[in-house]
Amino acid sequence: MSFAASSRHLLEVKNLETQFHTDYGVVRAVDGVDLHIDEGETVGLVGESGCGKSVAALSIVRLVPDPPGRIVGGQVVFEGTDLLRLDVREMRHVRGSKIGIIFQEPLSSLNPVLSIERQLVEPLQEHLGMTRRQAASRASELLDMVGIPDPSARIRDYPHMMSGGQRQRIMIAIALSCNPRLLIADEATTALDVTIQAQILELMKDLTEQFGTALLMITHNLGVVARYADRVCVMYAGKIREMAPSGELYGNPKHPYTLGLLGSVPRLDARRDTGKLTQIPGDVPDPTRIPPGCAFNPRCDYAVERCSAEDPWMEEVGEGHVAACWEWERVG
Amino acid sequence: MSSSIQPTIVPSTTSATAVASPRDAVGAMASVGEIAAVNLSAVPLLSVRDLNVHFPITRGFILQQTVGHIRAVNGVSFHVNPGETLGVVGESGSGKTTVVRAVIQLQRPTSGSVVFQGDELVGANSEVLRGARRNMSMVFQDPYGSLNPRMRAGNIVGEPLRAHHVFESRNEYRERVAELFQMVGMHPGVASRYPHQFSGGQRQRIAIARALAANPQLVLLDEPVSALDVSIQAQVINLLEDLQDEHDLAYVFVAHDLSVVRHTAHRTAVMYLGKIVEIADGDEIYDNPLHPYTQALLSAAPMPDPVLERNRERIVLTGDIPSPANPPSGCVFRTRCPIAIADCAEVVPQMRSTGSLTKRHEVACIRVEF
Repeated sequence: MSFAASSRHLLEVKNLETQFHTDYGVVRAVDGVDLHIDEGETVGLVGESGCGKSVAALSIVRLVPDPPGRIVGGQVVFEGTDLLRLDVREMRHVRGSKIGIIFQEPLSSLNPVLSIERQLVEPLQEHLGMTRRQAASRASELLDMVGIPDPSARIRDYPHMMSGGQRQRIMIAIALSCNPRLLIADEATTALDVTIQAQILELMKDLTEQFGTALLMITHNLGVVARYADRVCVMYAGKIREMAPSGELYGNPKHPYTLGLLGSVPRLDARRDTGKLTQIPGDVPDPTRIPPGCAFNPRCDYAVERCSAEDPWMEEVGEGHVAACWEWERVG
Repeated sequence: MSSSIQPTIVPSTTSATAVASPRDAVGAMASVGEIAAVNLSAVPLLSVRDLNVHFPITRGFILQQTVGHIRAVNGVSFHVNPGETLGVVGESGSGKTTVVRAVIQLQRPTSGSVVFQGDELVGANSEVLRGARRNMSMVFQDPYGSLNPRMRAGNIVGEPLRAHHVFESRNEYRERVAELFQMVGMHPGVASRYPHQFSGGQRQRIAIARALAANPQLVLLDEPVSALDVSIQAQVINLLEDLQDEHDLAYVFVAHDLSVVRHTAHRTAVMYLGKIVEIADGDEIYDNPLHPYTQALLSAAPMPDPVLERNRERIVLTGDIPSPANPPSGCVFRTRCPIAIADCAEVVPQMRSTGSLTKRHEVACIRVEF
């Protein structure tokens, strides 16, 4: 339980590589990701399906299914300790009490045959050493905190008796029950309706602010993170391609992919006769056949010869703003 | 490219083909164009009146008893003009998908009227339906589930042609299929592949090509882009808009994403718990939302702009969408409505009209004053 941090960041992911061995070849789902999160900070990790954002999150908490997945390189330094070096027991302790996780589909994350109470009480007893009675009363406080009406009655319910939004509230209660320093929300609101999504996002923001918890929001929706994230990372084909404070990323994108993503989303505040959306041509590459050089080059309007030969490295393009593009000066 | 198709396959005499063409004349003769425009809006392509779709809730296995009804669609009325897009927005359970399924009679309505090109489809015989479905087609949300995995892409796209016998010779059929692939931006050479060999975006293109095969006037699009990646969504939206311009198609565009609907629709209807609560022309509903639900929906929709996002007020609704088996009395939205009063539980709000002739706007809320 030492808080002596040798790294100045709460979490620092260095050159993380996770691969999957499939019948069709090796999939380099996460291919050298660098990422850091400070205490109390909210970071957005944005990308399309198959870009590796969820695998990156699973790698951080070492929940990648092995086989076929495997973390083959890099470091995940959390509060000064490399999580990749911990044994299974130590890792389980970190997962429950220091890093909380919320997944997209609350129905498959909750155990259908256990009451909400059992599922809330378990981590409290396991990680905080509470007695059954203490844990039970804390559990109903937690339900109240996440806005479940009549918590002392609903706590005896089973997951199927709750709506999607309520289940996600339960997931948040479980994830925050042991006061973690970091909460990872992997597409936590994607399956929900817009008005329910707004409720859950506001709830996550309020609670993480209240407890000073850092938040890693993983999503495909650029709109969802715009309101909440201090910093946004954009991922494509296993790598982070651009990272900047949110105002900078949305206002002054320097990677052609980010620019394309922003242009391809219709804007709710744009009049309907504003013309065509700018589209990114082509398809997301097959993960077993990532193009050589910069993985985005076959779809990129700015691509030059160099792009198909050499993979660009991260370059500082502004204050706290990095992008991996040879031609970034022309972008925008 | 594709306007040349029109003469080769002449959709056999239907009333609306005559209505659809005057658009081209608009540019040449303004006055004639204006008359044509008035005529277009006077004769809707599709007109839905008081549509109800109720699903029985049964109990028991052998002696099944009906113990209640899910009112998926409850008294919905709207019309669609030739060449226009009606956007239908709502959350899950609002009945938006059931509405379009009931329009094309995939789901037989409990009551109400669906008039398409002058034919009543509710209770119509299979011959009438066959004719109607030639001029009206549908694209489904899930491009994985809506294509038969054992059929080659070419056969999938050509199926409506075979079903409606709209070709003279095998050659003509092949040419038309190839043309359809080109229309949706695909190489005709892929016709021999199976659905699993395509990406999600490509499959949706195939589904669109199939929907356009028999030269329909109306295409029902049920969440056509929500299963696709962001960068692919833009491609499909642009494609749908191009096709609409080229072939003068009318769309009913069902989506939960307001920004997508604003971008594509000429008119937008907002649904909640089986009812249309607000419907308006063009940008009107986004600039001037009147119904409290529309206001909440708009404020909850995330926008990719941190400056705007952080400074705007967000109306966060409390609670969940009620069960359509047991909808609230009076106004269905009142249980979550921030401005509900006692009367809202008593009175079922009727659609009231505001706005002008060019900017029609209807809303069902007793609290709105204008």
